[in-house]
Amino acid sequence: MLRMSAGFKAVALCFCFLALAACSKKNTANLEDENGLGRAAMAGSEQQFKTEVGDTVFYLVDQSTLTPEGQETLRRQAAWLKQYSDVAIQVEGHADERGTREYNIALSARRATTTRQFLISQGIEASRISSIAYGKERPAALCDAEQCYSQNRRTVTVITSGAKTS
Amino acid sequence: MRMIDGRFFAGAVTLFMWLALAATARAQGLDVDINKGQIDPLPIAITAFVGTSPEAAQSGADIAGVIANNLGRSGYFRPLPPESFIEQITNFDQEPRFGDWRQIQAKALVTGQTIMEGGRLKAQFILWDTGSQQKRAGFEFTTSPKNWRRLGHLISDKIYQELTGVPGYFDTRVVFVAESGPKDKRVKKLSIMDQDGFNVRAISDGKQLVLTPRFSPNSLEITYMAFGSGSPRVYLYNIETGQREIVGEFPNMSFSPRFSPDGQRVIMSLQDGGAANLFVMDLRSRQMQQLTNTDAINTAPSYSPDGSQIAFEVGGDNSQQIFVMNADGSNPRRISSGGGRYATPVWSPDGKYIAFTKQGGGRFAIGVMNPDGSGERLLTEGFHNEGPTWAPNSRVIMFFRDEPGESGGPRLYSVDVSGYNEQLIKTPTFASDPAWSPLLN
Repeated sequence: MLRMSAGFKAVALCFCFLALAACSKKNTANLEDENGLGRAAMAGSEQQFKTEVGDTVFYLVDQSTLTPEGQETLRRQAAWLKQYSDVAIQVEGHADERGTREYNIALSARRATTTRQFLISQGIEASRISSIAYGKERPAALCDAEQCYSQNRRTVTVITSGAKTS
Repeated sequence: MRMIDGRFFAGAVTLFMWLALAATARAQGLDVDINKGQIDPLPIAITAFVGTSPEAAQSGADIAGVIANNLGRSGYFRPLPPESFIEQITNFDQEPRFGDWRQIQAKALVTGQTIMEGGRLKAQFILWDTGSQQKRAGFEFTTSPKNWRRLGHLISDKIYQELTGVPGYFDTRVVFVAESGPKDKRVKKLSIMDQDGFNVRAISDGKQLVLTPRFSPNSLEITYMAFGSGSPRVYLYNIETGQREIVGEFPNMSFSPRFSPDGQRVIMSLQDGGAANLFVMDLRSRQMQQLTNTDAINTAPSYSPDGSQIAFEVGGDNSQQIFVMNADGSNPRRISSGGGRYATPVWSPDGKYIAFTKQGGGRFAIGVMNPDGSGERLLTEGFHNEGPTWAPNSRVIMFFRDEPGESGGPRLYSVDVSGYNEQLIKTPTFASDPAWSPLLN
């Protein structure tokens, strides 16, 4: 992937933006749950965090710096985490499958670190945020095309405790 | 007589050379030159070993099958089909009718005998040169009957070494990761098998995600990475006792382990924020030494066989290259220089090559280069090839190849260092991250 042609780069970037657009659409506040029943997610719940805040931040090929969209998602996460201060989270780092195993473990750790540091910079206590790096072991999208790879270059903020359940 | 430790299995294997042969009797036309690139496989007839009882005869036929499979898969031999044999060997003590074997183009002939003796299985064989009508090698091995495949591997090694002049690699095992379940929720189990894909057994239950297993130099231990509770860690696993232990508790993840050539140390990457640096732990004193100290991703370390140098990869933000440094961390220098990304360097057991994974243009190749970075050669290339490991004789490389698609998965392949003779290693499930053991005997 180091020697991508300019054309391919453009296409890849295009895919990335499409993926990000699709994602931010999915992650913007909506009042419908996944069953489309039109119920708002309970305030402070894991479901609210996933559907209204957005738990996933996407990264570009071999990058561990945040995109503007990624920063936007993390600002929403930080705001929500400030509101629900009992919640503890784990940031999962992931890489797409187009890399070698050990490198991707390290690359996904880099992404998890970036996400974690950004949340800390937004005022979330470091002690509330653990992180883990999965490399290419847990893809979210399974096709063999950039539209899937771009979904897999991500960090996912997972609530480990403190969310409201009832 | 020499005792061979029967590792992994109860019951030692004994071996002795029972024919006094002139070691220099290397006849013209019979020997295989494995260094001349694409080779013309040597036609060899491997006869069912004559059994002195029905049980022994069954083992004898099975052992001949293992030998034929091993030698055929090496690419340097062409085992002739038993249906083509004119002479049927029924008496091991009788000299073969060499004309009958020359007529079916057999340059070499293997005859053998299997004997059950006090609950143990003894196999004797002779390697004949059908042209000169001379014995080229003869050995006897004894083991427990359930261990019969190993007799086939040991005999294969003797034949390979006699005819190529290079030590064999058949009496070896491979540790790998057996994969099952859907791609986004793969269950991964540490597994061990014979190099030919037989005798597969799982040594972890699949509850933990396990990656990158590697053998210790005595083949008795495995080091690997696993996701347990807390940060992923480097583990040691003792094959004989089944004992598992964590190699050090560190603030962050430890990964990408490999033994030093003397087996006394484990080198690995420790993550620290966005950086990963190389450390080596002395397994007896548990002392840690830091070898790299940069903000980059320093990982996939592999010692030179003399332990004096370490090959590793350095990456981050659109670059991934192979470096070599002294074992104390001094004098790091980049050796990879072609276009593309270079990863997973592994030093060959003879020290002559570094095998690697190369990524470029959306494709993944397995290649070799000299330790100074010159002489790069790609052996296989495609959608996704990764993770080379060397046979102990430095002639064969095993790796895994992943397939595209939701239902695709990785499988193990071997390829000759010349780039010829690619072979699938059949495994019951998808398989990845192979690591070859040293010779067991």
